[in-house]
Amino acid sequence: MKKLATACLAGAALSLALLASADAKGKIIGVSWSNFQEERWKTDEAAIKAELAASGDKYISADAQSSAQKQLTDIESLIAQGANALIVLPQDASAIAPAVGKAVDEGIAVIGYDRLIENPSAFYITFDNKEVGRLQARAVVAVKPAGRYAFIKGSSADPNADFLFAGQMEVLKGALDAGTVKNVGEAYTDGWLPANAQKNMEQMLTKNNNQIDAVVASNDGTAGGAIAALAAQGLAGAVAVSGQDGDHAALNRIALGTQTVSVWKDARALGKTAADIAMQLADGRKMGDIAGAMKFSGGPKHVEMNSMFLIPIAITKDNLGIVIDAGWIKKDEVCRGIKPGAVKVCG
Amino acid sequence: MLGRLLKSTELDTRMLGMAGALALIWLAFHLLSGGLFLTPRNLWNLSVQSSAVAIMAAGMTLVIVARNIDLSIGSMLGFIGMIMGVLQTDLLPKLLGFEHPATWIVTLAAGLVLGIVLGGFQGFLIAYLGIPAFIVTLGGLLVWRGGAWWVTSGQTVAPLDDRFRLMGGGPEGAIGAAWSWALGLLACVAVVAMLARHRARRKKFSFPLRPMAAEILVGAVACALILGAVAVADAYPWPIGSVRRYVEANHIALADGALPFIAHGIAIPVLIAIVVGVKMTFLATRTRFGRYVYAIGGNPEAAELAGVNTRWTIVKTFMLMGLLTALGAAVSIARLNAATNSEGTLAELLVIAAAVIGGTSLSGGAGTVAGAMLGAVLMQSLQSGMVLLGVDTPLQNIVVGIVLVGAVWLDTVYRRRASS
Repeated sequence: MKKLATACLAGAALSLALLASADAKGKIIGVSWSNFQEERWKTDEAAIKAELAASGDKYISADAQSSAQKQLTDIESLIAQGANALIVLPQDASAIAPAVGKAVDEGIAVIGYDRLIENPSAFYITFDNKEVGRLQARAVVAVKPAGRYAFIKGSSADPNADFLFAGQMEVLKGALDAGTVKNVGEAYTDGWLPANAQKNMEQMLTKNNNQIDAVVASNDGTAGGAIAALAAQGLAGAVAVSGQDGDHAALNRIALGTQTVSVWKDARALGKTAADIAMQLADGRKMGDIAGAMKFSGGPKHVEMNSMFLIPIAITKDNLGIVIDAGWIKKDEVCRGIKPGAVKVCG
Repeated sequence: MLGRLLKSTELDTRMLGMAGALALIWLAFHLLSGGLFLTPRNLWNLSVQSSAVAIMAAGMTLVIVARNIDLSIGSMLGFIGMIMGVLQTDLLPKLLGFEHPATWIVTLAAGLVLGIVLGGFQGFLIAYLGIPAFIVTLGGLLVWRGGAWWVTSGQTVAPLDDRFRLMGGGPEGAIGAAWSWALGLLACVAVVAMLARHRARRKKFSFPLRPMAAEILVGAVACALILGAVAVADAYPWPIGSVRRYVEANHIALADGALPFIAHGIAIPVLIAIVVGVKMTFLATRTRFGRYVYAIGGNPEAAELAGVNTRWTIVKTFMLMGLLTALGAAVSIARLNAATNSEGTLAELLVIAAAVIGGTSLSGGAGTVAGAMLGAVLMQSLQSGMVLLGVDTPLQNIVVGIVLVGAVWLDTVYRRRASS
């Protein structure tokens, strides 16, 4: 864990420092999850549980199964069970408002977890999504400073897809204006489905007669689809491709050299930090007094609220050791199919 | 004159209309995209992109003809794909060793058996317990998607076995120029032989014969289409990177430094889809089982009274659907070189839409396998073409939705005219 902190994970370092100050005991922390259908949230849950258990607090939770409706009753039930603070991963950021209002009226602190709840009395903790986009673009530019770029964007229904794209464009704007980088195609990926990304990539390659030097893909699933399309043209490995999430398959592709970067958001650091903040708020600490908290008003309605942004890490061939040391993935999974001596961490 | 000749060929005018619509769409995209659509490369891609949906649409035709529906196939595709992914990357390598030559065949066989079992189970619930197909397969949609997630807790399984991946296409996953020509010629001979046999049998039972000119026209057009498709597939060369790697791997000496032209030929997934199409057409039109399915679709009570074992026949249609879903799963994951838990999301709707555009009637009793497969190609053409034009996804979905409804409307108009 210490190694992780030194590895520039500011968020994790911060939470280690916070750990000492949190002295909540016997408090109840309620967590309302939007859906457990994604593997991701189980990781977060384990981190929150471990953190609360370490300081003797009680963990109660409810899973809304992707229903904004059910989440409202979930939160009411968590309040009825005597929660002192709530961590909420909202299914629908606007529909959650009445439940959050009710909790605030009862004097219960609410933390919006990973997704924004625009309420001045709520705390917002997440990874910086624009930064993810910036890291993706930077890693691709580092490999292909100039050339023809294709953009495989996320689902058009997900606001995060646009945050990511905005971050990517921020980094590339200079090069695009100067003409060293040329945008030769961009497409949203319906439902973030890899198979859709593959079809879009195939059409872009056809359209550009394979003259594509880099693909800025928004997550590892769509990157996988794009790489499958590139492989069919014998281009896998020759074209720089970005991604995000630290999917096990993607980390293996990075070792194999077909993917350039996967921006990794350590879900455990997010869960741990959120649990710490929840314990402090349950003890009655003011939101503004939490170490590392800052004001944020970049939401759609520009409501000013207290927030904390953790910094994601760009994982490339050179720092694959970070994810292995953190216990995120086993070394033989990363190194499957790698010849000895080809990649440093694989030996 | 021309009209009379066309009529004497006894071809399905509905099918001809669809082929005409497809040709129009292709031509329009070709002009709008500045000559990118009707290139060997794009047509080859299109054939591979359509194959998984086409394979499943063949099974869906029979299910719908028998007055049922299967909403679970997208989820089932995800579930079976995930099982096949784990089998070949995790379980079998432990038993047999990494990249063992038998891995792909064991994986595929296991997947197909699983497909038959899952489909058969749903069919049993529908036919023997009397639960409506809509409900059973709606339940299946939720259950199998959950199952797909459960297998690896949502993690993507990749990369897959090298031999298994051939089922997904790509330069290595195509059969090359020589084999394509051989198969094309063989298919041509088969078409001519079939026409001759058909004529001979009609003569034997003194049925009215088609005029010789019509026979020749049908044979010539079919052969031209087959060989034309082969020529297109053979005109699409391997990408330079793959050729270079191939040359290096096989130590081929290059005389003047120029890389050789290696043709893709017909892609393996397309070949699978064609074989499925032929077999399913045979099953639907030339076997007792096929007759029973159409009889049940036309009038279930009458079929039952005539002594057809309707329940067992229904179960068999769902077993077939499961089998073809497993085949579709194999093609999809091989193509993506990864098994993901979202694989096949909304595939059930694409497959049902393909069958319906292809003339399968949701009230049962009517529909052809070939029409459904053509429907799959038509829908994929729309999607691929719009990406080439740079149309964004929301608009793509709008267009596909309108085409679906429009096609069915035209179909009902056509049917009303034909019956009056």
